Amino acid sequence: MFQLLRYLKPFRKEVFWGPLFKWIEAVFDLVLPLLMARIIDVGVAARDSSYVIRMSLCMFGISLLGLFCALICQYLAARASQGFGTVVRNKLFAHVQSLSHAEIDGLGTPSLITRITNDVNQLQVAVAMAIRLAIRAPFLIIGATVMAMLLDLKLSCVFLVAAPLVAFTLYLVMSRSIPFYRMIQQKLDGLGRITRENLSGVRVIRAFSRQQTEKARFQQASASLCADSLLVGRISALLNPLTACIINLAILAILWFGGVRVQIGALSQGQVIAFINYLNQILLAMIAAANLVVIFTRAAASGQRVQAVFDTQPSVISPSVSQTAASTASAPRVAFDHVSFAYAGAEKPVLSDICFAAAPGQTIGIIGGTGAGKSTLCQLIPRFYDATDGTVYIDGLPVDQIPLPHLRARIGYVPQHAVLFAGTLRQNMQWADPHASDERIWQALETAQAAALVQAMPQGLDSPITQGGQNLSGGQRQRLTIARALVGQPDILILDDSASALDFATDAALRAALHRQMRKQTMFVISQRVHAIAQADQILVLDDGRLVGCGTHDTLLAACPVYAQIVQSQQQKEEHA
Amino acid sequence: MKPLRRILHWMKPYWLPLLGALLFAVGSVVLTLLGPVFIGKGVDAIIGPGQVDFSRLGRIVLLLAALFLFSSLCQYAMTLCTNHVTYHTVHDLRTAVFNRLEHVPLTTIDTHAHGDFIARIVGDIEQVSDGLLQGFSQLFTGVVTIVGTLGFMFSVNVPIALIVVLVTPLSLLFASFVARRSHHMFAEQSALRGEIGAYVEEMVGNQKIVKAFGYEQRAQTDFEAINARLYTCGVKAQFYSSITNPGTRFVNNIVYACVGLAGALSAMRGSLTIGQISCFLTYANQYTKPFNEISGVITELQTALASAARIFAVLDMPEEPSDAQADVLTRCDGAVDATDVCFSYRPDAPLIEHFDLHVQPGQRIAIVGPTGCGKTTLINLLMRFYDVQQGRIEVDHTDIQSVTRSSLRRQYGMVLQDSWLFAGTIRDNIAYGRPDASEQDVIAAAKAAYAHGFIQRLPQGYDTVILDDGGNLSQGQKQLLCIARIMLTQPPMLILDEATSSIDTRTELLVQQAFDRMMQGRTSFIVAHRLSTIREADTILVMQNGRVVERGNHDQLLRQNGFYAHLYNSQFAHSS
Repeated sequence: MFQLLRYLKPFRKEVFWGPLFKWIEAVFDLVLPLLMARIIDVGVAARDSSYVIRMSLCMFGISLLGLFCALICQYLAARASQGFGTVVRNKLFAHVQSLSHAEIDGLGTPSLITRITNDVNQLQVAVAMAIRLAIRAPFLIIGATVMAMLLDLKLSCVFLVAAPLVAFTLYLVMSRSIPFYRMIQQKLDGLGRITRENLSGVRVIRAFSRQQTEKARFQQASASLCADSLLVGRISALLNPLTACIINLAILAILWFGGVRVQIGALSQGQVIAFINYLNQILLAMIAAANLVVIFTRAAASGQRVQAVFDTQPSVISPSVSQTAASTASAPRVAFDHVSFAYAGAEKPVLSDICFAAAPGQTIGIIGGTGAGKSTLCQLIPRFYDATDGTVYIDGLPVDQIPLPHLRARIGYVPQHAVLFAGTLRQNMQWADPHASDERIWQALETAQAAALVQAMPQGLDSPITQGGQNLSGGQRQRLTIARALVGQPDILILDDSASALDFATDAALRAALHRQMRKQTMFVISQRVHAIAQADQILVLDDGRLVGCGTHDTLLAACPVYAQIVQSQQQKEEHA
Repeated sequence: MKPLRRILHWMKPYWLPLLGALLFAVGSVVLTLLGPVFIGKGVDAIIGPGQVDFSRLGRIVLLLAALFLFSSLCQYAMTLCTNHVTYHTVHDLRTAVFNRLEHVPLTTIDTHAHGDFIARIVGDIEQVSDGLLQGFSQLFTGVVTIVGTLGFMFSVNVPIALIVVLVTPLSLLFASFVARRSHHMFAEQSALRGEIGAYVEEMVGNQKIVKAFGYEQRAQTDFEAINARLYTCGVKAQFYSSITNPGTRFVNNIVYACVGLAGALSAMRGSLTIGQISCFLTYANQYTKPFNEISGVITELQTALASAARIFAVLDMPEEPSDAQADVLTRCDGAVDATDVCFSYRPDAPLIEHFDLHVQPGQRIAIVGPTGCGKTTLINLLMRFYDVQQGRIEVDHTDIQSVTRSSLRRQYGMVLQDSWLFAGTIRDNIAYGRPDASEQDVIAAAKAAYAHGFIQRLPQGYDTVILDDGGNLSQGQKQLLCIARIMLTQPPMLILDEATSSIDTRTELLVQQAFDRMMQGRTSFIVAHRLSTIREADTILVMQNGRVVERGNHDQLLRQNGFYAHLYNSQFAHSS
């Protein structure tokens, strides 16, 4: 986790000077009570008003200098911490982008998002606090104690008792209450979950007239949160009264024993006042230090989570030397040679021993139940994952010998979940090629049956798209994501169940248009529906990761029982009818 | 200020602890403020070597000890009382908002973002708890402290008190300067943080697409651009917000020096004792603190009031009209008659107009049409999630508006495509419509729905807990559970929503069998995608853009050669 500190390097100067200036301010803060003691003991005792005024001016000057030092420190802290956060965020984002899917699946997307945003923010706060307080708070605690010792060693024993007591109280109360806060946060999330469930399931709940039970469920969860809040409140409410009580009792001890010391002439009246002042300063510094401990503990957890991402190495690596020259013209466009694949940590392979070859211009249909491995098979082609066994070839060349950018530029991929990105429609269409002309875009839209849809938008290609494309319907998004892939003019097009939200007429028109346009390209069509792939040149039937059938609709119907069963389940009664 | 009055109203049941909190607050503040006075007196008992009045000092120390103990006790009691009022009020408010959501008309839920409601129940109420209720006690103690300090200082020495009063506002000026400066920077910073979060969510969440299109470099460039803007704004926001503390410390130090100067000069003239100077110094240190706290509390209060307004907006949403007086519809035969029904979501866009439909008990009605054709509208009207605007719908020749909603809805069994399950065990989910069902009944229902097999294969069988929205089950399995739920309640009428895709083929076969078994002898409305279902329906309603455009049975519609015939030919032509 301390490896993260190397990102502070560009801010060496800030990290050095910041605490130094803060330290100067703290020194000044410690000097003030001392000057006040001099005013009382020297000035007032000797009735020397010019001395009093000189000392007061001195105090003003020191305060002003202290303010300046503090401001410089705060500015340096802001620059260093924000700069550090910015650098870490950039590096982290770049690193996440270099990871392949196996690693991203392992870390989890939501977790990665919180790491890049929240966790880096926590680290940023910790850096700022380290510069601002890590020197100041301990220095004030130690400094005030040392000053007290210099004033009167014996009386300073009070400090040596009071300070650890306060520290212990802080530790006790906080260590008892902090775990509760996590629990309370979880219960709060629980309330959110019940609410979400009730909103999304409102029709079912009302259909069964279960509102009363749902109300009771929420009431119970909320009451439990209330009880926990009260419980933790009872503990954390102790903090202020207890620490104040300890410090106040210490002040009384100073008063009494100070009286004893003054009686024998070991101490002056003004110095007793200085003692009291130092005690109050210690209390404030202790509370600051306690907060610091909380911030650092939190930051340490964040730091580990961030470092864990940096420690993750991408498993899919682009080959350094371009070997495109080795491709053979006569080889099939895509070939799988005894390919198996298992997700990391999984016992069972998702794909076992897959062999097939697809020629340019062919359409390959892939069918099978959920979890049969259809999507995984297609994701091996652009190397989202690397096969565990066997080899995937493109034009006779193993995919792991083609530089990733070249490989992926040849493949158009339309994911199952149709997502567009915030920006204009044109920006979305230019994903495959930032220089794609409007003409090319319109051509792609035409093929994807989306041209009419875009023409109907008042701003055409400049229409704004919200995040995820939420301002469009599912069917519209699917057609646009197909167009997005077509703009890149790929040699290989993968449609992963990409037409599920289209109505029948549009679906048919889309298939016809793709068939017309993709004369030289190889197209993979994944679907659960027989009618979507029935006309493919080759249909791959997957069952539990194994290729149980490969051929045309008619040959499979006769030779592949799994395929026949699927067809039967979808057209069961038509054949009797 | 109206939300404030309403919050006070919600606190009313807890007036006793609230009163306690106020009393304890006054007690704790007064006792705390008395401290420096007596410490000053103590200091005055220590004049110099041989001049220490120990009997007086002893009395003062004992008195102070009692004072401090009581002050701490009062402070603790005050916090406990405030917590009691706060957390109970919050609990009441939350429950009330949730209960209101259970009774608002469906249109309210359909037309509002769910995330927004959740944010109100979770976040906004938390804001009210922190800002308004806790803030209230801080505000109160702050004001009492200021008033008390002023009183004590003026009672000790008027001129020095005046100096403190005149110098301290400097810190307020400073704080308000900082607040003004930093406010828009903070707004900008949180906007940028939101932007960067959204961008990361987009790009990391869709890494597959990013990789597929080789978009990594462009994403990095965009990200770094947003990040650079965040840096510039973040440095300013952080700097401005971090200067409040040194600023306050500076003003404190100035007050400290002023009091020292004026105090020492007065002491030389004999109008002030050394102990009183020490007392003033302590006050001067304490005096600026409540001002800063109050200015902090006031900004919190403003956000809290905005949150409170959002909460009360939910509480003010009208409920569905009560139907407590209405008749209860006993088990029906399943005759449904719609006569001259008109309905639209927006007055300017008429949807269903003069719609007639007469269904005999046991008939099957298939609703056919492209996605978004308005099939849910029909379901909404049949189940009275929405009320018709004109005409009437009758079940067994009784107008459904004249019976209670719950008795009407119990006549229907509904299985929608996006199967809704709640976080609980499989058993609880099946027994959702009949919580008192016996174990045998639940298993029998699961068997009838062909769900028993896969449930038994789950690690804990019927006790398996369904995670967030059924994430650990396949879509087909979820639908089987929903069917089992209906099998358990055995309603006379059904509303079914066939899956369009993405169900694995073998489970789908089971779902189909379960549907068929369930439809035996029941009036059924089916949103149909399967040719077999459509063909066997007694009536097919073809919907487009929210309207019923054609109706009849399969053969009649094919003969019409209209929209249905077109749909049929495009979907099924090659496979049959």
